[in-house]
Amino acid sequence: MSDPQNILEAKAIAKSFLGNVALDNVDFSLRRGEIHALLGENGAGKSTLIKILTGVYSRDSGTIRLDGEDVSPANVGEAQVLGIGTVYQEVNLLENLTVAENLFLGRQPRRFGLTDRREMRRRSRDLLARYGLDIDVDALLSTYSVAIRQIIAIARAVDLSGKVLVLDEPTASLDAQEVEVLFSVLRKLKADGLGIILITHFLNQVYAVADRVTVLRNGRLVGSRDIDGLPRMELISMMLGRELQHVTRDHQASEGDVPTGEAAIHFNDYGKRGSISPFDLAIRPGEVVGIAGLLGSGRSETAFLLFGIDRADSGTATVDGSEISLTSPEAAIANGFGFCPEERKSDGIIGDFSVAENIALALQARQGWAKPIPSRQRQALAAEFIRSLDIRPADPDRPIKFLSGGNQQKAILARWLATNPRLLILDEPTRGIDIGAHAEILKMIEKLCTEGMSLVVISSELEELTAIAHRVIVLSDRKHIAELSGADVTADNIMHAIAAPNRTEAA
Amino acid sequence: MIHSRNLPFVTTLAIFIIAYALCAIQFPAMLSTRVIGNLLVDNAFLGIAAVGMTFVILSGGIDLSIGSVIAFTSVFVAVTVGTLGLHPLTAFALVLVISTAFGSAMGAMIRYLQIPPFVVTLAGMFLARGAAYLISTQSVPISHPFLDTIQGFYFRFPGGGRLTAMSMLMIAVFIIGGIIAARTRFGANVYALGGNPQSAELMGVPVGRTTIGIYATSGFLSGLAGIAYTLYTSSGYSLATVGVELDAIAAVVIGGTLLTGGTGLIAGTFIGILIQGLIQTYIVFDGTLSSWWTKIVIGILLFVFIVLQRGIIWYSNRRIDIARLKGV
Ligand SMILES: Nc1ncnc2c1ncn2[C@@H]1O[C@H](COP(=O)(O)OP(=O)(O)OP(=O)(O)O)[C@@H](O)[C@H]1O
Ligand SMILES: [Mg+2]
Repeated sequence: MSDPQNILEAKAIAKSFLGNVALDNVDFSLRRGEIHALLGENGAGKSTLIKILTGVYSRDSGTIRLDGEDVSPANVGEAQVLGIGTVYQEVNLLENLTVAENLFLGRQPRRFGLTDRREMRRRSRDLLARYGLDIDVDALLSTYSVAIRQIIAIARAVDLSGKVLVLDEPTASLDAQEVEVLFSVLRKLKADGLGIILITHFLNQVYAVADRVTVLRNGRLVGSRDIDGLPRMELISMMLGRELQHVTRDHQASEGDVPTGEAAIHFNDYGKRGSISPFDLAIRPGEVVGIAGLLGSGRSETAFLLFGIDRADSGTATVDGSEISLTSPEAAIANGFGFCPEERKSDGIIGDFSVAENIALALQARQGWAKPIPSRQRQALAAEFIRSLDIRPADPDRPIKFLSGGNQQKAILARWLATNPRLLILDEPTRGIDIGAHAEILKMIEKLCTEGMSLVVISSELEELTAIAHRVIVLSDRKHIAELSGADVTADNIMHAIAAPNRTEAA
Repeated sequence: MIHSRNLPFVTTLAIFIIAYALCAIQFPAMLSTRVIGNLLVDNAFLGIAAVGMTFVILSGGIDLSIGSVIAFTSVFVAVTVGTLGLHPLTAFALVLVISTAFGSAMGAMIRYLQIPPFVVTLAGMFLARGAAYLISTQSVPISHPFLDTIQGFYFRFPGGGRLTAMSMLMIAVFIIGGIIAARTRFGANVYALGGNPQSAELMGVPVGRTTIGIYATSGFLSGLAGIAYTLYTSSGYSLATVGVELDAIAAVVIGGTLLTGGTGLIAGTFIGILIQGLIQTYIVFDGTLSSWWTKIVIGILLFVFIVLQRGIIWYSNRRIDIARLKGV
């Protein structure tokens, strides 16, 4: 007997891929006018469930009822016609089309049977205005940043969803302000009676917007609960199946183990006009330098300069006292630098290569392609990182495209860690990674630093910065405006520094 | 502002205009409408086929069967009209149904059996050529009052040039093809598939229907090109038009369409055809050059264009990075 309150009801859904069970007898129900968080570790089966509900995968067994009717969408188009709009975890849009074409692909407004481009532009502008976005909708999507693309994907899905909206890690590349805009849109849609499924690894966001949660673990349903009166610790242990040690770590770096000694890598008066004002940065071995700031404050730009993606037009870079010229990423790699960019989700993966090959890629590139890494060494390397980063399933020979999104990301991180760089630059290293693995990765980073690697971490999660950084540089308006170190590295101080852009060098 | 995705097209257009101007300075007679009229007629069947090829390449695929389908069509029409006495219109309708069904079948195999287009259409190429041999290995002349009427139909330009029925057909195909590509959902889906098939699928593009539609279009236009070729040569010959698919690919690429799919214009292919025709015409005017120079110049142009496209992609990626830095 189905509950008339439920807009979507899935019963006993099962799915396996080539004998590997991804979902086992999972029930899921979504009410009208609720935001329902779907949670679980990387590889728990969240995206698979979504893809079954929206017609990307066919289910092995089970039933889906939408509005009381049995449905079986055979592809995404059919799901859209049924009123289910989805933002998938993967890249969702087409870079070779314009923003407007992306927004209205498959449902272009027509006049006399032909696409009405003017109407399409007008509606696109209106649509994006709801998200506070005023951009040229005739420009190619590829000209916009990941964050803007994400908003465009969300706007498209919301516009498509008459009954159900599904968002698979939509906030992964949004900053706090954009997340807030998204949430206010979601609350409004919820008031209109839409059912919303939200997948995220940010528990704060779950508590901020969700009404109910459903937790999956290893492809099985752990349970569905109202968020009210569900303690965070209990939720986490539902997800992990165990207690998490030190979720909220204290700021360990300040407890006296700050690396001292001579800085080996210096950037003096380093900058590029129109991109980032000249800054000084000295990094000691084993030191973790955090970079904080709002989106567009110059965080990624700093990384681009440090890694030679952009060329500096002022200042010098020295390593071990001798000046180096960072004219290209290759030059940076030759100097022992590594960079794990924010867009790794779309760019970094070579889907048909195995996990081991993907991990060995950067190392191979550094050695030169003429000297292939022996496969035994590659397997050993992969095995080490699969263990230390807990990549699941732990099969180095599986094509990486068959891994869940979060596990792919761990593999990309492993790729750079494998090169054993002396300076590693990480842009948003733990986005899309579950809370258990998150702790593992932070632990791993700490271990590498005690072995002498220096690290620059760009992150919009202040807790992450305070957990690992010895020093935090705060950016605003493309300037390094403040530097916090030691005991001053607290989330509060960083917030204050970001909010008070005119303050000069603090601490 | 020129959209960066239209840059290859604009470049092609500029090259064509400059080249034509240079030719005209050397041989002022090349400006005459007679020359232009001939250029269009001589390349009509190739142009029609190249429109189909543009759709295929835009979607990230390739169709190697075009030349064989043209040969098949011409033999089929010649034999059914000449030997069996069918009315040409019936023969045309029949052969278009066959070639469209043939294209659809190739599209279905590409989609549902996940076989690369290169392989499927290579097999299609042998199959269509073999079918043409089966019908006849001779060159079959064809004549019919109805065909004479079509061949005799033309508009006269001032200056003596003729816009023949076949040229008009080609121009119509380009216009309709351009509208389909730019202004219909099917067209948008073609670009989407060429951009990234996985994303397209997740955005709800009906991948199967679109893929079949693309190869069906190419098959249909190959059939139409075959009809134009039959009218052009007044015969059907199973050994004819070997390698025409490669000329079509050349026209598409020179016209600014990326071989990787997702970017390009039907109008670009038209310019690509004109450039090829211009080279042939120049060789005729010069009189001393071997006609193989056509191939050599097209080869060089292809290289230039592929390098140019790489350069443009590199440049626009760079510009995009810079734009992103500026927080656009
Ligand atoms: N196309 C596929 N082929 C084979 N295995 C797959 C495929 N898609 C997913 N899997 C497997 O199914 C399991 C569930 O993956 P899924 O993507 O649903 O995880 P998830 O919960 O979304 O994780 P994440 O938080 O990392 O995104 C994983 O073990 C994954 O390796
Ligand atoms: Mg997922």
